[in-house]
Amino acid sequence: MKRVALLGMPNTGKSTLFNRMTGGSARVGNWPGITVELLSSKILLGGEMVEIIDLPGIYDIHGFSEDEQVVRHFLHDNVPDLAIIILNATQIERQLSLLLQLKQYNLNMVVLLNMADESKKFGITIDAAKMSSSLGIPIFLLSAKYGIGYNEAMQSITKALRYSTPGMAEELRTQLQQDAHIEREMTRILQNSVQVPLRLPNNLTTQLDHIMLHPWLGLPIFFGIMYLLFQGIFILGQPLQTGVGDLFGWLREVALAPLVSGLPAILQGLLLDGIYNGVATVAAFIPIIILFFLFMAIVEDTGYLSRAAFLMDALMAKLGLDGRSFVMLLMGFGCNVPALMGTRVMRSRALRLLSMLVIPFSLCSARLQVFVFITAALFAPKSAALVVFSLYLFSFAAAILTALIFKRYFPNSEPFVLELPPYRFPTLRQMLLRGWHEVYHFVHRASKFIIIGVVFVWLLTHYPATAVPAGPDTWAGQIGGWLHPLFKPIGITAELTIALIFGFVAKEIVIGSLAVIYGLSGHALSGELALQLDWVQAYSFMLFTLIYTPCLSTVATLHSESKNTGFTLLSLIWSLAFAWVVSFVFYQGARALGY
Amino acid sequence: MKTNATTENLDNLVSGESATIFAIQTDDALRQRLLALGFRVGKRIELIRKANFSGPLQVRIGTTDILLRKHEAAKIKVQKI
Repeated sequence: MKRVALLGMPNTGKSTLFNRMTGGSARVGNWPGITVELLSSKILLGGEMVEIIDLPGIYDIHGFSEDEQVVRHFLHDNVPDLAIIILNATQIERQLSLLLQLKQYNLNMVVLLNMADESKKFGITIDAAKMSSSLGIPIFLLSAKYGIGYNEAMQSITKALRYSTPGMAEELRTQLQQDAHIEREMTRILQNSVQVPLRLPNNLTTQLDHIMLHPWLGLPIFFGIMYLLFQGIFILGQPLQTGVGDLFGWLREVALAPLVSGLPAILQGLLLDGIYNGVATVAAFIPIIILFFLFMAIVEDTGYLSRAAFLMDALMAKLGLDGRSFVMLLMGFGCNVPALMGTRVMRSRALRLLSMLVIPFSLCSARLQVFVFITAALFAPKSAALVVFSLYLFSFAAAILTALIFKRYFPNSEPFVLELPPYRFPTLRQMLLRGWHEVYHFVHRASKFIIIGVVFVWLLTHYPATAVPAGPDTWAGQIGGWLHPLFKPIGITAELTIALIFGFVAKEIVIGSLAVIYGLSGHALSGELALQLDWVQAYSFMLFTLIYTPCLSTVATLHSESKNTGFTLLSLIWSLAFAWVVSFVFYQGARALGY
Repeated sequence: MKTNATTENLDNLVSGESATIFAIQTDDALRQRLLALGFRVGKRIELIRKANFSGPLQVRIGTTDILLRKHEAAKIKVQKI
């Protein structure tokens, strides 16, 4: 099968193009360094199957970052039949250097000057035909986001694929050091075919940055935006969640219960109280997941994340981190796993490890589900949103404290240099793709983890058969009783202890397992929790859930990214101990104050 | 390092001032990254703004906006225009 590689600098729209070509949903955002793994997809092009590979963005083929090494090794080991080079048309005067570096590899190439819509607004005129003839490579103007120029580009790609790259000579590698040559080439090509106005027009980005990056207003605006975002998710998502929960309850009453009524009681119990209750409770979170990622997609695609890095870098520097660590922390609010992988853009290992140590404290969307459910059950609607927001603040505080404690063991002097992309309007298409992608991911995980998880919980809480379901004599009750001395001082009951054990596998299971433990779902479960717990216990439980190990996937990612078992263990043990201490201080403190 | 009267460090510019890059005195790895981002001797650079609490600087070279820390900016010598 022929292989086509997408190559270019960070944030030039490679993933957007990849998605348009493959119909896939590679994660796209207005932030340099989004593609952290090699994404590939097979599509039909000009009558044959072709493999498209989306490579991480690189500034420089001789660069020193991990991404740049990945690309270099890829090109060396798998010479692509065609390389599609994507350049940002608005920055053509500097991105050309990468093209000239790549040209020396004698690859079969097609060049796409992306973001043609934006460069036009800047008043930059590019004569693609002239540039094409002076380089001897087909060059096209494109807007991958809006699809303008897409068909012509695809035709040319299909045509170019007929003549594959002949193979690469090893000595070409050494030639690549001749940067002076590239410098001269660049000036020659630019003079002929590109006109950039002397001063850029005062555009919207400049005006917006004037407010968003204001020395004194910038940070309050940032926190305001975050607050509104999380409030919005809660206010919009909660009724939707209740609605979906009610729908599942209704389905159970009218359709499922009569359907399985002929089965033995034990099987009925497993199916209805075990699998169905557990899965229904978790499935009710789908609206919140969609909302969360839609909102995150807006923040990411507009280019605001790099601004957040600018605003927070001074504080992060004091913590031994930098602005990029902060952005990864924010991305961790979606899911810790891609955020951990995103630290690959950092060259200093110490900085990377310290960032990876704090990222798991980001309140991810799976933990958000637990908090939304419990706050709705235990707190008045008026204060519920505030309670969830307070947990976000705790999440930041936990990360900051961890960095402060551990920074001396991870000293680094990595330079912080980051490109600031202009503000961009996210397209509806991108947002919907992203939302769909995340829901697919969630459901995929659900089928893997949650069903097995809830079946396990059901078995543990219903066996041995002589015991009262979920009572102290069941296996679950015994484990809970055994661990109780450890959890009693932080106000966590035996039932909640079981849920926490399963939460170690994935936080998505926590509420599902509570549903199984109590044999209730939706409103009934909320009611039962409100009877069993007071708010101090519930908050202590949430603090513990926030701080201890997020999930097995995160642990696995920590290990594969750090390639260091000791570091992984440090992260595990530290978060468990930290969680216990915080919950202990909160619980005993609140009790001592008379709550 | 001593600099002559006409050059100064990039981080000494005031917001809105423009200058010409005179020398890039960083280690090789950072130099390579800066070159790829468009930093070249002789190029015009504009300081857009500085973050509070000695935070990073936002500079503009051509059509590219770049964030960098004071510490790195101090290694770039410029001549005011």
